[in-house]
Order: sequence, then C-alpha cells, then structure tokens
Amino acid sequence: MANLAVELRNVWKRFPGPGGEVVTAVKNVSLQIADGEFFALLGPSGCGKTTSLRMIAGFELPSEGEVFIHGRAMGKTPPYQRPVNTVFQSYALFPHMTIGENVAFGLQMKGVARQEIQRRVGEALEMVRLAGYERRKPKQLSGGQQQRIALARALVNRPEVLLLDEPLGALDLKLRKEMQLELKKLQREVGITFVFVTHDQEEALTMSDRIAVMEGGVALQVGSANDIYEHPNCRFVADFIGDTNFLEGVIAQVDSNKAQVEMMGGVSVWAHTPQRVHVGQSVTVTVRPEKMHIRSTATDVNQVTGLVTDIVYIGTDTHYGILLDGGQAIRVREQNYSAESRLLAREGETVSVRFAIEAARVLTE
Amino acid sequence: MIQRFRENRRLQGLLLILPAMFVMVTLLVAPLTLTVITSFGQRDADGNVIYTFTLENYWRLMGFTESGWDDLYLRILLRSLWLAVQTTTIVILMAYPLAYFIARSPERRRNFLLFLVLVPLWTNFVIRIYAWVMILRGQGVLNSMLGGVAGLFNAPFQPLDLYPSQTAVLIGMVYEFLPFMILPIYTSLEKIEPNLYEAAADLYANAFRTFWRVTVPLSMPGIVAGTILTFIPVIGTFVVSDILGGRQVILVGNLVQRQFLDARNPPFGAAASIILLVMTLVLTLYYTRRFGLGEEIAAG
Repeated sequence: MANLAVELRNVWKRFPGPGGEVVTAVKNVSLQIADGEFFALLGPSGCGKTTSLRMIAGFELPSEGEVFIHGRAMGKTPPYQRPVNTVFQSYALFPHMTIGENVAFGLQMKGVARQEIQRRVGEALEMVRLAGYERRKPKQLSGGQQQRIALARALVNRPEVLLLDEPLGALDLKLRKEMQLELKKLQREVGITFVFVTHDQEEALTMSDRIAVMEGGVALQVGSANDIYEHPNCRFVADFIGDTNFLEGVIAQVDSNKAQVEMMGGVSVWAHTPQRVHVGQSVTVTVRPEKMHIRSTATDVNQVTGLVTDIVYIGTDTHYGILLDGGQAIRVREQNYSAESRLLAREGETVSVRFAIEAARVLTE
Repeated sequence: MIQRFRENRRLQGLLLILPAMFVMVTLLVAPLTLTVITSFGQRDADGNVIYTFTLENYWRLMGFTESGWDDLYLRILLRSLWLAVQTTTIVILMAYPLAYFIARSPERRRNFLLFLVLVPLWTNFVIRIYAWVMILRGQGVLNSMLGGVAGLFNAPFQPLDLYPSQTAVLIGMVYEFLPFMILPIYTSLEKIEPNLYEAAADLYANAFRTFWRVTVPLSMPGIVAGTILTFIPVIGTFVVSDILGGRQVILVGNLVQRQFLDARNPPFGAAASIILLVMTLVLTLYYTRRFGLGEEIAAG
C-alpha cells in the first residue's frame, strides 16, 4: 500500500511485571495509518494504546514485529533519529529554558542555522497564537498555553508524524473542547499525520479521520468514527463508543445477512449480521438507544413490549428505562421535537418499542 | 487573653522564632561582634588582650610586618583556598556519577544505596580521619597492599610517601565531604521529570547532549548546595590538616587555632578568622549569584 505514514506489522510488546511475571501490553497489533491522516488510538487505561505510541516514537522497542515510518523499518532506531515528534501528556517542557529555547531545542539539535531557527520559532509560536512569549518561562504560562507550546515545540521540526499522548487530558472541559477543534484545524493546515492517544471516546469521534479501538493489548476495530459507531464488530467496541443496548438470545433463522434472534419471554427480533452465524448459536444483539422508538401501535418487523421503569428528562432528549417481557432491560432515547414529546409513556405503563432491522446488529464476540 | 493571642499574628510569629533567635544572638552575633572588636586590638606580654583600634593585625596578615615584606600568611590563605577548590572539584566529579547512578536505580534499591552513602557518618569524624593515617602512612595498609601486588610481579617497589602531606589532607577532605555532595545532587536529579529525558530524545538530542542540556542544568541547585556544604567547611578546616598534614600543612584554620591556643595572640587570630569569614562570604555570594541558586530552585 502506498503513502503509509506509519505501519505497525504484527507488533507485540512484553514487559517484565513487578513480580517477575511477563506482562503483555500489546498483542499482535497491525495498523496502517495513511499519510496526512488524523488517527486516534482509543481505549481504556492499560489497553496498550500508549505503549503502541511509544513504540512509534522509539521510547519502547517491540518484542516482536516491526514499526515502519514512511516505509522505512525502524528496528532499533533510537528516538532521536526518528522523523517523528511527540506531544507529551504532561507537556514535558524544559523548566530551565525559556519558551523560545524550548521551541528552538529540536532545531538546534538538528544543527539548523541560527537565523532559520529564529524565523521558524517565531512562525511556530504564531501558529499556536502565542507570538511574543519567547522570553517567558514555562511556569509562567497557564496549562492551555503550555499545551500549545508543547505543540509548537514538536511541530516546528516539521516531523513526518506527530504523536500526541493524551495531549488534552490535563485541561478543563471547556478548554479541552476548544483545543479539540483547534488541533483538528491545525492538522488540516500543516497536513502532517497525527497519531493521537485518548481514552475519551467523544474526543476521538470529534477529531479523528480514523480510530483504532484497543482493549487488553489488542486492536479490536479500526475504522472511521461512523464505522465504529454504526458497525461495531464486537461487544466491547459497541459498549465503549457511545451508549447501547445489549440483548442476549439464540439464532433461530438466518436469511443472507439477516438473522432472527429469539430471546427469553418469547421475544424475537431480526438483526443485521455481518458475520456468519448458524442456527442455535448464542449471540448478542446491539441496538443504539436513539434508534429505538416508543409507539403505542406499530407494525414494524422488530417490535418488543415492556414496562416503563423510569423516565429521565435531559432537555434535548428523554430517556426511558424499559423492562422487556422476558426480563432484559433496555434504554430508549427519544428526541424532544416538541414539548409533548415527553408524554410518550408514563412510569409503570406497558409500551411497544420498535426499531429497524438495520439498527439492530448481531455480535458474536 | 488567649483570644487576643489567637488574633495577634505578629505575636505568634515572634514566639515561633524566639528560641532560634536566642541561640543566634547568644552564640553567633555576640561572639562575632567580640571577634571583630578583638581583631582590632593588641596583646600585652602576658597574652592579654588590650582593646584599642589598630589595623596592625590585618597589615601583618597581608604581608606588611615590622621587619619588612613576608608573604607567609598570604600563602597560608591561598593554600586554604586552593585546597578548598581542589576538594570541591574532585568531590563534584566523584559524587555526580554516583548520584546519577542512584537516581537512575529502581526505586526500591535507591534507599539502600543512600543508606550506604550515609553509613560512614555513623563513626566519629576524628576516628575516620585517623583511619586514613593507618592507610596512608609509610608502613600503612596502602603501601603494604601495593608492595604485595608489586611482589607478585617481581616489580621494584618504592613505598609511597603520602603521610604526612598536603595530598593526604586532600584525600581526607574528599573522603569526608563526598556524602555532602552526593545527597544534594541526588535530590535534584531525582526530582527531574523522566518525561524530560524522553522529550530531549524526541527532539533529536542523543544521551550526551541530553546530559549537558537537560540533566546538568536541572541538577545545578544540587551542585550549588553541595559546593556550599563542602567549600565552606573545607576552607576553614584545621582538624584534617592537623592529623593528615602534620606540621607541614598549615591552613587558615590551623593559624587561627594556634594563635588562640599556642601563640596566645587572640587579636591576630581574630583578624585571621575575620579575613577567612569575609573571603568565604564573598566567594559564596559570588557563586550563588553566578549560578542563580534561588532562581534555579524556584524553577526546578
């Protein structure tokens, strides 16, 4: 494949654990990140996302497998010889240097001419809207400003790939939202490949072109935000990205890429199934709450009945907790188009819930 | 009354500093004032101090004696200064790698290593310096070991004539002050965020450049603190030079001690100690200004 900025090929990473045992942080991960892409490694803490990023940077070396940057195998290349730069979670600005010296550091190490350094440092600071801060010390800047300096210090070197390790983790919510959009805009402007580590699924969805969802050292699914949200390939991904409902059942009937799943209490639904399944197989059906609708009379294929257990009004939406016949609980989200929307049901009432076949998805793992 | 005391912050502050103030005034300010006054005095034939105002003692120290120019005391001052500079330099060069090694060790091992650094301090200082006499003297441990090794290879061996000598004093000083340099350097190295090393590596600095551009500047507060802890005691020492230098190595400390105890000339001894004090103060102030102790500590 041409124009790959970063490729991880069957990469494993094992660490010696505290008790002498071997901890496998990354298990056979293969990723292909295209040139100019904004790519997120998303997962809970300890999923191996940071270790993967550190292997690209060269801070860790793979136990097995190979990391390629623009087609070149990195092998044991030390960090200071790799064409990548990192924005650290704690920013890691040098406290004894001024902002100008911090940003100039990489260019100095590369032996760039003094005048060129001065010009590029100025440009980089302008890019992050902190022009004129050259002579301050990192301690004199706010968290958000330090974050932008860390970004400038990395980007001033015009790396082939920019690695970002939870760069917005230390900022408060409002600033984080602003920086998300700013980072996205910046990436478009400079056209550099960004590889971004986060545990915040919303952040990953907002910013990335593509996302790799990681869990237990494995890259479970790689795809666009839309792919991952609409077509999760396993229970973990469906659960980690957004809210969803899970219904347990057994395959009763298969019709090309659709299957009928029977559940306890005589409930039966049709769901889209991308994987091969066979009759009698135990599966999980996932349906997003906003794709389910409460209707007193409905004639859809998928229609289940249950008892409303709780109603939560959150302004834009109203959430209904419903206990289905057969004992499985679901949540339904109805958007409040008008003031009457919240009158769809009352607590304790029995209602019908309908959803399209395409909204339901069979998961085998 | 108690209520008033609770509200009176100034009174509380005064009470908090009172014990230390008492000690400082009675044991530092008062004796120092007395020393300054004595240094401008004269002595009579019996060794009693006559309180007058004369600069004679200072002139003598500078080399202007009644019988003409004599740089004896200037040489003593310079010797003390040179020995302090040598000791401090060697101690920094020896302590830094060790402190670096400890700071880079796994956390569990660090405390044990620091403990080992401190073990020598459990034994009395004078006893440890006497131990060096046993090691360095003509038929001492060092010479018999070297002789044994030379004997194995049938090489001719001339015992080293180290004790008593200025080199022996230097060895004793380096040995004595090594822990006082290791600890502050270790403390400042340990405080350096490991991420900073990675950031330097990420920004194309190899290990050597990372060391000089990141590690050394960030451990400067430790080096400065260790230097002060070493330089000031060394420049005024008299015990180590007495034991390991014999009569050959006379330092300012020995001069002061002898003027007070043997020569019975307190005014001259007082003048010598004031010169030592001023020299130490000026050097320390210059050094901390030059390497910005306060600023570095605030930044680190």
